[in-house]
Parts: sequence; C-alpha cells; structure tokens
Amino acid sequence: MLSVRDLHVYYGDSHALQGVTLEVGSGEIVCLLGRNGAGKSTTLRGILGVVPPRSGRVVFNGVAITGRPVYESVRRGLALVPEDRRIFAGLTVQENLEVASLPARPGQNAWTLERVYEAFPLLARLKHRKGGNLSGGEQQMLAIARALVGNPLLLLLDEPCEGLAPVIVEELGRVIAGIKHEIPILLSEQNARFALSLADRGYVIDKGVIRFEGTRRELLENREVQSRYLSV
Amino acid sequence: MKPRAGTLFAAAAPAAFLLAAPFFLSTYWVMILTEILTMSLFAMSFNLLFGYTGLLSFGQAGIFGAGGYFAVLSLIHGPSSLWAAFAAALLGSAFLSMIIGWFCVRRDEIYFAILTLGFGMMLFTVAHNWRSLTGGSDGLGGFTLPPLDLLFWRGSLADPRHFYFLVLGVVFLGALLLYRMVHSPFGLLLRSIRENTQRLSFVGADVRAVRLCAFVVAGTLAGLAGVLFALFNRIASPEMLHWSFSGKAVLMTILGGSGVLFGPAVGAAIFYVLEHVITAHTTNWMVFLGAILVVLVLAFPRGVLGSLLHLAARRRGRPRP
Repeated sequence: MLSVRDLHVYYGDSHALQGVTLEVGSGEIVCLLGRNGAGKSTTLRGILGVVPPRSGRVVFNGVAITGRPVYESVRRGLALVPEDRRIFAGLTVQENLEVASLPARPGQNAWTLERVYEAFPLLARLKHRKGGNLSGGEQQMLAIARALVGNPLLLLLDEPCEGLAPVIVEELGRVIAGIKHEIPILLSEQNARFALSLADRGYVIDKGVIRFEGTRRELLENREVQSRYLSV
Repeated sequence: MKPRAGTLFAAAAPAAFLLAAPFFLSTYWVMILTEILTMSLFAMSFNLLFGYTGLLSFGQAGIFGAGGYFAVLSLIHGPSSLWAAFAAALLGSAFLSMIIGWFCVRRDEIYFAILTLGFGMMLFTVAHNWRSLTGGSDGLGGFTLPPLDLLFWRGSLADPRHFYFLVLGVVFLGALLLYRMVHSPFGLLLRSIRENTQRLSFVGADVRAVRLCAFVVAGTLAGLAGVLFALFNRIASPEMLHWSFSGKAVLMTILGGSGVLFGPAVGAAIFYVLEHVITAHTTNWMVFLGAILVVLVLAFPRGVLGSLLHLAARRRGRPRP
C-alpha cells in the first residue's frame, strides 16, 4: 500500500531524515515510535510531501508520489492528521467536515457525514460549534473525522495523543481501533504503550534513522530498545 | 435554516428602499446612490479576496479601471452598443485578472499585496502614458452614450433615473453571484484558505487553483463595476487605476465589515453620505471624514454591519453560523 525507500529530508542544513525505509501493507496498522525530535513527524510530512524530500522514493498504491503536490496525494487517498491544533477554527464542525469531503472510490464503504456522526456521536452534538471553541480532545476527534470524510485509502496519524487527558486517550484508542479494520494506518507516537495496544507491528526511529523494526510482541519484549530509544 | 421574520425584513427593507428611492429622492441623491451602488460592487469584489480568501489586493483598482477603458474603447472603436461594451469589459478584465492572478496567487499576506500593487502600478502607467490609445492623463471620454435597449423597455442612459436602474440591476446580479458563491462549497474552501493554506492542501484542495478562481471572479466583477463608473462619469480616467483607488475599497470594506457579504456596500454608503454631507459645510472635509472614520473603526471593530449583525445574533442567544 505504502512503501518508503531511503527517504532523506533536510530542514535547511540539518539532516532530519537519514534514509528512512518503511512499509505499510493493506489491512495493517503500523506504528512509528520515537522520542521528541526523533523524526516521526518529519517522516509523515516527508511522505506526503509537506516537506519535499531531498532524495528517496515514496510509492503509494502503486504510484510514485515523491515530490508531487500535497493536494494531489491527498486526492489519491493518502490522508494526514497532523499534530498540534488541526482544524479550521473559524468554521463549524459541520463545515470542517464538508470542506474535506471527497467522493468514495468504487467498492469503498463511503464515509459520509451521517456515518461520521454515527461513529462520533460527540461531533454530532457539536455540529454547529465553531472549531476554535472545541476542547483539545474534541478537536482531535474532528481532525480524524475530517480525514475520514475524504475517504482515504491510508491514514497517516501524527501523535494523536499529544496533550490529551488519559480518559480522552482511551476514547481515542477505541475510535482508532474501530477504523483500523477498514483503513490501514501509519501511526506516529511517543506513547509506546498506547501505540502498541493498537498496532500490528512497528518501527523505532531515532535521530532520523530507523533503529529497530518488529512485530508488536518483539517491540513489547525488547527491553533494550525500549530503554534506549523510547521513554517507557 | 428557516429565515426568521426579522431576517426577512432586514433583507426586504433595503431592497424596497433601493427600488423606490428614485421616485422620492432628488436627482442629486439618485446620482449619489448610483455612485454608492457602483462602489459597492467594486468593494464587494475586493472583499471576496480580502474578507473571504484572506488576500489583500492593492491592484483591484487596476482591473476596475481597465474594465472602464475596455468598455469606452469598445464604444469608440466598435458598435455603439451597451451590451458590446459590457462584453468587452467582462472578457477583458477576466483575461487580465487571469494573467495577473497567475503570478500573484503564488504568494500570500504582504507579498501578495505588494505583487498586486506592482501590477496595479503597471496598469496605471499604461493608462496614463499610452496617449494615442488611452488619451493619457486627460482620460478617455467624448463617446456617445449607447442606447439603453432592453427587450421590454427602452430607456436612456442620459436620464439619471434610468441609469440608476441599470446600475441597480447589474449590481444586483453581481451581488447575487457573490452570494451564491460564498454560500457554496467553493465559498467554504475560500474561508478555509483564509484560515490556513497548508491545512487546506491536507483536505485535497489545490490552493493556487482555488485562489486563482477567486481572483478571476473578483477581477471580472471589479471590471464590471468599472464599466458602470466610466459610463456614469462619461469618461475613463487613469485615476480609476491608481492604487489609492484600491485603498478606497479597503477603507469601505473595513468600515462596513469584511466578514459579511454586504459589509463593503454599507461601508460605501457611509463613506459617500459622510463625504457629501461634510463637503456641504467645509472644504476641509478630509479632516472631519478622517476623524469620523477613526471613531467608527474603533467603535465597530467588526465593521458597522458586521458589529450590528454580531450584536443581533448575540441577542438571539446563538452564535452566528
């Protein structure tokens, strides 16, 4: 579904990604673990082309998308839920969803507004609320819902738990578990426990290099990796 | 959403006033109202870029003036037909804004403002210095007014009241187009662009294409307003293209409210009425006009219409959608 080969990304002179290679197959949820500043967000942004990679290759759904404009890749079905505050503050919840709606592909169980409201009853209640007046957790739900109405083929989730209360994180976990059977996800997380409760396998990134790759079990059992690269 | 009685009245009252005004106002005030309507269309076209898309254009007058010149040139060198003049101006200003927009929408914020300012200055210089075509600083006048031929009615552009109704009709159509546009999914895209361009690309929209589209619509409507302005004054003059004329649109929009569609129209009305009332008493009218504008802007941070609507919405106890 998504294959990233030897991706190099620079911010000015700083070599932020030093040859990242990873795969996400259809039907799986893969996590990208690492500390703050390890290169998780940069990897996701490099894949989508928000920061154009200096070299490397990104193939999505059989098409090379390296260096293509962001909106083009989004229309191909690659959706990013970016970290930090992620929504249009001046638009209502409903408008945030409307502006992001894209037609479903043939054979896809379409994410319509109605279906999203069913899956996120919270958002249905807040339909007419301005995006800027939502709490952090509500905004995160909206950001995920907004990605879904674009009917993506793959979801890039960038640190969805960041700055959220534990009870909201739990709710978020249920939401992600609910969609993972339908849409493959690449989930970047600092919170290894949260990520590994959802993911089938994962990568560990540090200083722009993938240091470890393994299944959920391997990641859970490898104390050395955990203490060296993750703050568990 | 069901329109409430109050909302309906708020829309019907100004419409009724505009339709009935020529029958009870003096010719002098009918002409002022004509100017207000023309400038309303100009300022509203500017506000599609400013208020809805977050792009501050200082070149809007360049396209406005060019529209006026296209129409007058068509009347002098082409058939003496109002519709041909409109067609020439619409096509001309659409084409012009497509070229200018192609360059300008690549940047935003102050860079966009400077780019549009640059193009506006170029257009002004063309109108000012190409004497053989544009008449230079004298402007381009001396054309005969074309007949006003509607299928069911024959009027005369020389009659201020007939002219008023022509302007009212054209401005109504322009405003209707803008209304439909900002309330469509496309309008939603524009408002999202205003907030954050990068996020908009995350929802799969081509920011440049959306902006260019808005720029062309705004430019075409500005050109249309320019035709009305040139016909009204019987002349197309280089001042119409000057960047300070764009400044008028900025002022009217801020004054009336950039967040509401008809804000700029209210701003234009306030501006012209104040100007005419004050000039009747003093030649130093700019001092007083400036002072009043300062007070209005301080007292109504959302613009006069914007603040009033906001207040009305708060009274009803729900946030304005």
